Amino acid sequence: MVLDIIISGLISGSIYALLSIGFSLIYGIARIVNLAHTAFFMVASYCIYQATHKLGFNPAFGMLTAVILVTLFGLISYKLFIDPIREHEAAVLIATIALAMAMQEVMLIIFSGDYLSVPSLINGYLKILGVKVFYQQMLTFGAALLVMVVLWALLMKTRLGLAIRSTAEDREVANLMGINESRVAMITMGISVGLAAFAGAVIVPLTTLSPFMWMHPLIMMLAVVVLGGLGSIKGSFCGAYILGFAEALVVFLIPMGAFLKGSVALSIMIIVLLIRPEGLFGVSFEEER
Amino acid sequence: MKKSIFGWSILMAVCLAMTISFPAWGGDTVKIGVIGPMNFMQGKGHWNGATMAADEINAKGGIQVGSKKMKIELVKADSNEFINVTDATNAMERILTRDKVDFVVGGFRSEAVLAMQDIAMDYKKIFIGCGAAHPKLCLRVVEDYKRYKYFFRGTPFNSRFLVKTCFIQMATVGAILKKVLNIPKVKVAIVAEKAMWVDPMIKAAQGFIPKMGMEVVGTWRPSAVATDVSAELSAIQRAEAHLIFTIFSSSVGIPFARQAGELEVPAVQVGINVEAQKDGFWDATQGYGNYVMTLNTYCRGVEYNELTKPFIETYVKRFGETPTYTADTYSAIKYTLAPMIEKAGTLDSDKLVALIEEDVHKSPGGVVKYYKDAEGRHTHDLKWGPGYLTSLGVQWQDGVLKGVWPNKWVAAKGAPEITYKGIVNYKIPPWVIEKYKK
Repeated sequence: MVLDIIISGLISGSIYALLSIGFSLIYGIARIVNLAHTAFFMVASYCIYQATHKLGFNPAFGMLTAVILVTLFGLISYKLFIDPIREHEAAVLIATIALAMAMQEVMLIIFSGDYLSVPSLINGYLKILGVKVFYQQMLTFGAALLVMVVLWALLMKTRLGLAIRSTAEDREVANLMGINESRVAMITMGISVGLAAFAGAVIVPLTTLSPFMWMHPLIMMLAVVVLGGLGSIKGSFCGAYILGFAEALVVFLIPMGAFLKGSVALSIMIIVLLIRPEGLFGVSFEEER
Repeated sequence: MKKSIFGWSILMAVCLAMTISFPAWGGDTVKIGVIGPMNFMQGKGHWNGATMAADEINAKGGIQVGSKKMKIELVKADSNEFINVTDATNAMERILTRDKVDFVVGGFRSEAVLAMQDIAMDYKKIFIGCGAAHPKLCLRVVEDYKRYKYFFRGTPFNSRFLVKTCFIQMATVGAILKKVLNIPKVKVAIVAEKAMWVDPMIKAAQGFIPKMGMEVVGTWRPSAVATDVSAELSAIQRAEAHLIFTIFSSSVGIPFARQAGELEVPAVQVGINVEAQKDGFWDATQGYGNYVMTLNTYCRGVEYNELTKPFIETYVKRFGETPTYTADTYSAIKYTLAPMIEKAGTLDSDKLVALIEEDVHKSPGGVVKYYKDAEGRHTHDLKWGPGYLTSLGVQWQDGVLKGVWPNKWVAAKGAPEITYKGIVNYKIPPWVIEKYKK
């Protein structure tokens, strides 16, 4: 049973990590709490469905198209709805949740509330010490690790990364040093939404499409980033796996209470916050920057 | 000038008063509210069934109410009950007060229908529930007849009978597993979504399965909207279950069937999986829902009586899909309300209640009769059993939903065998055979 818990925890954790890294990135860099983050994930999922089922695209090509389209859509949304009110955090919160609701309603009109699905990139499963794991789940785990590495390389090894880190450190000084802070924020938004779309591409074959599929991940993602420390990418990564393992423990140890897995994960977040209000990596990340 | 203003004011006041006082000026129509989650398959079923009934009745001139022929006018109300129960009560309030409907059909989630039931009862309007299974809906009729007598169950029969039917189907499949795979004692995993209507079914299942000679190895209760149940499936495999007794009415039925199929979990699925009743299930599970068995009301090619085939064929022709049980708004309007209104010659709720509760009639889903409890009190609940309503057991077999139960079913000792026209044999998934065949 221990092995089952470890594998289930790693898989759930990877899903949450993929979702929360992008959210953390845009908050950490531009201080934008983008509550529409998982709605972009939902739109990407529907794009993949449309591309594979209605337009007959190859699943991999459909996913690539979806990531590009949703990233562009995210940039347009940023320019129209977020950039003009960026300085007012409460307004950004309200605008992004309204944007998410609007996306939900549009998807409801186009696709109705019927549950849909898309095929896996790799069908089948692998037996690891007697535990059956979907290839798609392994792909998700690999993708989460890959995203972490690529992000680290981007932030630490490139000029763009340096600009992003400088902007995150001190927006005004970065401006004085000739960095176009507004452009950096927009690029970061593009990366963040692109990550949401990428998460959609990797996760959607494991889930069921519905216009409301963004709500539960949003709650879990917020729990992850608050637990890890708002804005901390490393924190989000660790927080995601903590909550993933908490969920797996609930399912295996309290089967009758499997539906409580989300609540238990959120309770863990509250307990951690009571002990360490800034989250697990809140302060250390600030220092890192 | 003053006289003119006074005159206009009086005229406007009269117009306003007339508008408020006579909202139902289209008095030549019978207004029926159809309430359900209209953006979802369940609500679409409500609406499709109702429109089909209304169109068929209106094509013949309408309903004879006393000396008048009255056409049916449907009022669509989106209850949005999957997302928000308050939306459902608001929708019910709106159709009763603003649209002034004479009757209401529909509803899906028990939690929402219980709340909507109270509103309909406040206005003394007949409400035929076409979706919720919780026994409390009709228990209220028994306990407070004066207030709740306007409620009737239209479909499905209450969860007590649902679970009874599922047990019979489970016993049938269990016997097949024993016989074909030589399994001495079938182990059962109960997997039920977290929802109010399921609670009494779980208790019954945990108590009754051992009496059927099977063993319960565990009960799992994922969220009704869970999208990943691979952890639950791992646990079920660890428990070495041969049979999974599913109780799902929400979206969780899709990932459960898909993941169980893709992982080739060596256990057959029997029970209720509402998503598996729909034509879209095959695509939604990417074909991994093969061999899933569920309780169902309608299945192409299976006939309860002479009314079933024309209903299903017309429905499929018109809407391009097999009706699910919420489409029984068709029966509620065509075979319950319309004939009783004609018989009573009035739309008066009290007079109609007295007729409906005593009526026995055929419908496409079987024979409808409202039974009385042991003390002779009206329940307004549907009678279950051979000769009345039994429902079907259906199984996905290579992309086609086939009826597999009742197949030579003997309801009681000495009773005749029951097999509906169009029933085929149950199939065990090949990976289950491979795992257990000795």
